[in-house]
Amino acid sequence: MLKIENLHAEIDGKEILKGLSLEVNAGEVHAIMGPNGAGKSTLAYVLGGRPGYDVTQGSVTFDGKDLMDMEPHERAAAGMFLGFQYPVEIPGVSNVQFLREALNSQRRERGEEPLSGGEFLKLAKEKAGLLKLDMEMLKRNVNVGFSGGEKKRNEMVQMGILDPAFAVLDETDSGLDIDALKVVGEGINAIMRQPEKAALLITHYQRLLDYVQPDFVHILSAGRIVKTGGADLAKKLEADGYDEVMAA
Amino acid sequence: MTDLPTTRDEAWRYADIDAVRRLGADALDRWQDLSIAPGETNRQCMIVGGDEPELHRIRIKAGEGARAELFVVIVGSDYARVEVKTELATGAHFEFGGVTIGGGDAVREFVTRTTHDEPEATSNQVVRAVHWGEATGNFLGAINVGRGGQRTDAAQDFKALVLEKGAAANAKPELEIFADDVKCAHGAAIGQMDEMARYYMASRGIAPDLAKKLLVRAFIADALAALEDEGEAERLLEAALDVLDDAGDRIA
Repeated sequence: MLKIENLHAEIDGKEILKGLSLEVNAGEVHAIMGPNGAGKSTLAYVLGGRPGYDVTQGSVTFDGKDLMDMEPHERAAAGMFLGFQYPVEIPGVSNVQFLREALNSQRRERGEEPLSGGEFLKLAKEKAGLLKLDMEMLKRNVNVGFSGGEKKRNEMVQMGILDPAFAVLDETDSGLDIDALKVVGEGINAIMRQPEKAALLITHYQRLLDYVQPDFVHILSAGRIVKTGGADLAKKLEADGYDEVMAA
Repeated sequence: MTDLPTTRDEAWRYADIDAVRRLGADALDRWQDLSIAPGETNRQCMIVGGDEPELHRIRIKAGEGARAELFVVIVGSDYARVEVKTELATGAHFEFGGVTIGGGDAVREFVTRTTHDEPEATSNQVVRAVHWGEATGNFLGAINVGRGGQRTDAAQDFKALVLEKGAAANAKPELEIFADDVKCAHGAAIGQMDEMARYYMASRGIAPDLAKKLLVRAFIADALAALEDEGEAERLLEAALDVLDDAGDRIA
């Protein structure tokens, strides 16, 4: 589904990703862990096409298509979802309006009929319920005045409504209390644990992986994947730390 | 007949004086007078501006406890200036919402003078400017609180969105207060499009043009938030957004 080969990327001329390769197939959940500054968020933004993140070498294909040839909104319509580490506040635009525009933009791009207001609200209600997010919050401006945890839950509601084939979730667990972590973890399972979907979880901690069992865990260090293992690798990292596990 | 102004006149310092000359001195003598009876409400909604210079001079007298509401969108491709002089009697309120939007090299401006000479009057002015090309949006807002204007509550809020290098905005708040029990607030901010918000929208599938339109809509909607007639608010909003649509791909 997603194939990254020898990816090099830089920000302001500084190389952050230095030959990263990774393949994610449908039905799989991969976790990427790594010390601060390893390039985890850079990888997420490169996949999401954020301006200023320049790919200098290598390739990324998504369902056989060159992802780097696609604009960010085209990537979304093709089924890619990026869960932000710091979700952005948009004053003056309600969540409902934002998500309806987003979903219908994607549907139009794919040649599908846009959803009516009623159809959209029904879907939004269902997904908000799944993530235990009050519908009243969806009427508020996008992320404005939301707590850190609410923002992250809102990201998951967006993911539920947009129903992507592939999700890159950048530190979705940060800022969540224990109960919210469980709700978000269960939400990820419900939305993304499907045979035709896949997810890449970027995280610092093992605790999210207690709820969302990864099939593969990769350690990213200095812009490359230096070690790959199963779910037990995350547990080992939690117990022993990066230095010891990478040296082994 | 009134003499033609120059940019040395404070109220005309950012004006397009060549355009004012084209209008001629006669235009300066044309005032639209609005007198609102005590306790009454008067609401005016205007879309002004075209392909020739325009000057709209409005004088409002709001009687005791009256409410004057004025909402104006300046569109058009040539100089347009809307001047509003308001005198508020005891307990009267003035609500003003203004939007200037456009590109080219035109100057579009609001110049208001709000006089609180009697007690307990309130005023609230919200102006938003969105410009690109080499266009300029101005808001010169004077609030005069006389000795009799105790317990005045006056607010002025100006924000400009400059979409391209070369476009400009000028804000000139002017508060003159001679009473001691008064609340007067003013704020001005000039900035660019929030590119992170635009990227966030793109990451959810919203194409750049639509994202820009949604963000501009949200930005200018503040100026029309106090307009309770939703149909009129939508009409003004659409007039402003049509200008953005017409500019299309020519702005980033």
